[in-house]
Amino acid sequence: MKRQVPLVLVLLFGLFMIFQYFVPHESSEWVYEFLLDWIYIIGIFALALGIWSLYVVSVDKVKTRKHDWGYSYVTLAGLFGMILFGFTARHGDEWGWYLIFVACVLLTVIMSVQAMAARINKGLPLGLAGLFLLGAVLIAVFDDTWSFYFYTQEGLQSTMFRAFFDYIMMPILATIFSLLAFFIASAAYRAFRARNLLASLLLIAALIVMMRFFPYFGENVGEFIARVSSWLMNVPNLAAQRAIIIGVGLGIVATALKVILGIERGYMGKG
Amino acid sequence: MDFTTFLWTTFAAFVTLATFSFLYKDNPFYKFAEHLVVGVAAGYFVIILWHNGLVPNLFRRLADGDWYLLWLNSTMWWYLIPAILGALMWTRFSKRWSWVSRWPMGLYIGISTGVAIPLEMSNRVSKQLYATMIVNPQNPGIDWANFWGHGGFDLLDVASGFSQVLIFIGAVAALIYFFFSKAHTGIFGKAATFGIWILMIGFGASFGFTVMARISLFINRLQFIDQEWIQHAMNPENMVNGSHWPYQLVFWAMILVVVGYMVFELVQHFSSKGKAAPAE
Amino acid sequence: MINFFDRLMRLDRRWIFLFLIVVCIIAYVSDFDVPIMPEREVETIYEFVDSLPPGEIVMIAIDYDPNNLAELHPMTYAIVEQCWRKNLKVLITSLSQNGPGMADEALRSITDSLAETKTYNGQVYEGREVVNGVDYCFLGYKPYFALVILGMGQNFRLPFPEDYYGTPLDSIPMMQGVLNYDDVACVIDLSGGNITDYWISYGQNRFNFPLALGLTGVMTAQYYPYLGSGQVFGIMGGLLGAAQYEKLVDNAGLARDGMRVQLPAHIVIILFILVGNIGFFVDRRNRHRAEGR
Repeated sequence: MKRQVPLVLVLLFGLFMIFQYFVPHESSEWVYEFLLDWIYIIGIFALALGIWSLYVVSVDKVKTRKHDWGYSYVTLAGLFGMILFGFTARHGDEWGWYLIFVACVLLTVIMSVQAMAARINKGLPLGLAGLFLLGAVLIAVFDDTWSFYFYTQEGLQSTMFRAFFDYIMMPILATIFSLLAFFIASAAYRAFRARNLLASLLLIAALIVMMRFFPYFGENVGEFIARVSSWLMNVPNLAAQRAIIIGVGLGIVATALKVILGIERGYMGKG
Repeated sequence: MDFTTFLWTTFAAFVTLATFSFLYKDNPFYKFAEHLVVGVAAGYFVIILWHNGLVPNLFRRLADGDWYLLWLNSTMWWYLIPAILGALMWTRFSKRWSWVSRWPMGLYIGISTGVAIPLEMSNRVSKQLYATMIVNPQNPGIDWANFWGHGGFDLLDVASGFSQVLIFIGAVAALIYFFFSKAHTGIFGKAATFGIWILMIGFGASFGFTVMARISLFINRLQFIDQEWIQHAMNPENMVNGSHWPYQLVFWAMILVVVGYMVFELVQHFSSKGKAAPAE
Repeated sequence: MINFFDRLMRLDRRWIFLFLIVVCIIAYVSDFDVPIMPEREVETIYEFVDSLPPGEIVMIAIDYDPNNLAELHPMTYAIVEQCWRKNLKVLITSLSQNGPGMADEALRSITDSLAETKTYNGQVYEGREVVNGVDYCFLGYKPYFALVILGMGQNFRLPFPEDYYGTPLDSIPMMQGVLNYDDVACVIDLSGGNITDYWISYGQNRFNFPLALGLTGVMTAQYYPYLGSGQVFGIMGGLLGAAQYEKLVDNAGLARDGMRVQLPAHIVIILFILVGNIGFFVDRRNRHRAEGR
């Protein structure tokens, strides 16, 4: 039951999908469409697991007072804030009590976590959490400048939801990745050495590709470098990448076969 | 740009600079930005999964049923099956019941691997092999007439017969390099050596592109700070109730924070000099 | 001299960071232009889209997160604007986790600009509105991109019964009679991750639609074999690819502007490599000498 059923499922559906590819009959298409349709729904539940883990880890960090635990509140505030914005939208341009409501909800979350983490004196944060929750509920009931939208997508177009994406997620994520520019500069300085023939080949190819749009060499030399770069990309690089693609392809097929036949069972975990 | 948007942009500029401060060293501003984005991104994903996933693909399809009958009276009640299977994934959190989560997992793994076998085989293996050696309309064989280039001797002509032969030999040699079941000696070894040369040139080209990519990420941030923030702060046409000074005030307050932090760090650095070695 | 190189090699890396920042800022504030020569693999994309008759649907897959917006966002702007200018319809999906926000942001900034001033980046749209559902349709996000790509090959309504904004696909004017990939002129995948592999394997390979790629620089070199095998009809690589496309559609944006900084930054990196190598060889010669003695 614990191990056989999943193995049978994998074998059954795996073989069906291969069969369907080669024999696209009307009835097999029907099953195929059903399976695809279902998988998206299963997937959503599966992905939600990851978010729950983030919540658990953050709360745990506060509870055990791990290094930098205070910042976990920032994570939790971001998480719940964003969820709230996605489910609410204002009716017009009026703000009403909306932001106070958001603050109340976030303080409720923070105080609840605080209460969970506290060893003594749980009462104070718990009481405060209740108070903030009451405030939030009262505002939600009596403030009519905004509403909850669970079954329609107004939240996706709400001001705060978009602002949090545009002005928090976009700049921070883009900047975190842009730090790599500096690390590659530092690596260029320290690590890229023409130690031997192979390293020299790599460096020369890289230099040509990097110089291909330089306007300093005059028309003839500039065009020559651009052509060399294009040739490098389209001939030796193509050959190398083609070998890698073929190798990876064979690897994927071999692994997939091992999974379907139940030889590779890593996805089941222990137990 | 209205003032609210400008305030948001200022905050965006603040978190951008806070993230850049990591280049000097890890600090509270960076930690704040990092933790904030983790939370916000997770919350964003919750909303996208809900509004773009659950609502259209599940709830709306069950919507003609009644929730107190668990939607069993819906005309599309069978969508409850994937929902139940999906919910079973959540047994992962229980030690006792976590094995149940393997059922939906098995379904997913079976489908995704079964789909992969014929498609990856035809895409990555067959089609690439076709393109390397089989004569077809897309690849009309080696161009012997223009072996050394179209219109005269030109080794850099990517469509010349020479280049086509080189692609063939290069790909085969690189594959030989990856073949470890036979010792790389003799002719086989020479082919493998040529293969690794080709691979190195390929990696070099990749590396050249990677440098370009990384730098452009930084350039984008420069453009953001200048075009979205500084230029709007300095543009006298931006006004609140007929005056421009609120923009200036917010801008210079931000600059003050940044410069203040820099001075603080420098003072710390020089006062602790000699006590600890500089960070590598 | 030996001492100088020795110290150079032991330089705190933060000085290297600072040097790069200073060079980039100086380049950014100084006024010059880098000539852009479009490459063949970018031109083919432009020519394909340009040759489509009005009313055709171009499918654009916005499969990148904010991490890669520097390189791929300019491509999105340039292609979407080109399509609208040519009266083509745009069908957008985004199968990357944070992609919907990127698509939403790009669509908003172009349509807002068109709604207010009837112009976008110098392009005038006199007497014409760009309307959601008529000129574009944004399908949104679904998890597991490989299976979503397969599902769209059967019917767009399978993974996407509704668009991003919650409108059922059947009631969107542009989607009337549009069933699957057979009804779109081409797919242009702008991606910053391995979704591209699936667009090729599960999409183009299975359903045989024309596919073009816009990639981050890091990925570009890996996809040339597909260009060689004819599975992909064009590749735009990194900021340079984006700048070339902006030049082709005559819509200079962030990528053209950014190439100004890219040039000196590359020179700095090349300089770093050279200095590092000179230091390395001087050091090696000294060690050889010391051993010889």
